[in-house]
Amino acid sequence: MRLRDHAAVLFELRGVSLIRGGRRVLDSVGTGIPTGATAIVGPSGAGKSTMLRLLNRLADPDAGTISYRDRPLASYDPLALRREVSLVPQLPALLDGTVETNIAYAAELAGKRADSRRCLRLAGLDPGFAGRDVAKLSVGERQRAMLARALVQEPAVLLLDEPTSALDHAARDAIEATLAELRRELEISIVLVSHDPEQARRLGEWVVRMEGGRVTDSGPLAEVLA
Amino acid sequence: MSTSIHVSAGQVAATLALVALAAAVSFWRKADLERDIGIATLRSFVQLTAIGYVITLIFEADTIWLVLALLAVMVVFGALTARSRAKKVPSAFWPLLIALATAGATTLGLVVALGVFEATARYLVPVGGMVIGNAMTASAVALNRLGDEIADSRAGIEATLALGATATEAAAPFVRRALRSGMIALIDSTKTTGLIFFPGTMVGMLLAGADPTDAVRLQLILLYSLLGSVAIAGLVATTLAYRNFFTPAQQLREVAEPRA
Repeated sequence: MRLRDHAAVLFELRGVSLIRGGRRVLDSVGTGIPTGATAIVGPSGAGKSTMLRLLNRLADPDAGTISYRDRPLASYDPLALRREVSLVPQLPALLDGTVETNIAYAAELAGKRADSRRCLRLAGLDPGFAGRDVAKLSVGERQRAMLARALVQEPAVLLLDEPTSALDHAARDAIEATLAELRRELEISIVLVSHDPEQARRLGEWVVRMEGGRVTDSGPLAEVLA
Repeated sequence: MSTSIHVSAGQVAATLALVALAAAVSFWRKADLERDIGIATLRSFVQLTAIGYVITLIFEADTIWLVLALLAVMVVFGALTARSRAKKVPSAFWPLLIALATAGATTLGLVVALGVFEATARYLVPVGGMVIGNAMTASAVALNRLGDEIADSRAGIEATLALGATATEAAAPFVRRALRSGMIALIDSTKTTGLIFFPGTMVGMLLAGADPTDAVRLQLILLYSLLGSVAIAGLVATTLAYRNFFTPAQQLREVAEPRA
């Protein structure tokens, strides 16, 4: 099935290459990402995380073009784009202070009301976490606080880089349940990077498979991970 | 303040005994600093002797242009020296050059405008040297810290940028800590001055036979001027330098370029 037949196209990459430290991290990548839930899968070093960084414009490709909703990514104001296409990095990196401080900071940047109770609930955290010092949270709790911080900006797209890689099975299942719940509750698209095809099977509707900086396959879940 | 003292070459040579002591300590405890001690001793002798001649010439000529030329040379060498301490900061030379020039011009301009010193070589050369030297140390420490902080906090900075923060907002905590670390050493030494150590100017004046009250007042003038100059240098250097870590599209640059 072709992407154009599947759903509205969110991102389209054409001939995208990126070289870092003399290494071709992305090599002429051409693929599309539709609205809904997309999983980018592949082994370590495949270029998955780099692709997410490009979609959020934390970096620009050395060659090729990327479009978002049929407009070149570079034509968007990078700050406005990042609030609309929110990246939650693999390693939780919160600002010093409480969970609430972090949520309020993100809300202020986006000009939104800091409804921490709602965002914490959506991220699967008890509202009591608002006053907790981020330095005293577990990795899983930090990961959820990062998610809550991103959600307060009311993004249209969530880019999630290995959101469960540092978690045990129980915490992973809880985050996956939260993400499924988010998809049901909000009009939000998710692009999830995972090294685990099983996770892609549980969460993805569309799958992009990568290896060695190239896209080797992409399409509906049933076709790519049959 | 018009006292003078004659110091013979023999007296200078005699103090080499203490340099020998330093080298002996290094050799005995295997600190491997003998070569550095030798280079430092030789360089200080050559550099100070040369600057002594230059200052004599400038004092005799007594023209403001020569003074400004000497101060400009100090600013350039100061910026080059400080850059070697701020290797992780991309293109650090220009922020440092502007920081030292601004700190020197503002501080000297103010002390002259306030009538503290006359705009003559006898005042501007030594005070300018101290101001630029301290500004160099402060901005080098500040940029060294800035480079380390940003290198260690890339993930946090990118996470903040990913929320739509500007480079200025994402770098703010690191710029603040860098400025603080550049200024703190002088503030601490100013706090303890007279209790734990006697500053150089005061020692020099007392040795030269000046009245202790004059020595103290001059030292205070210099300490207060230096506080201003390190604040200006730290502020300008950090404010200009942090931008070099980011692209115009508010992205953190991948790798710091080692040189300007």
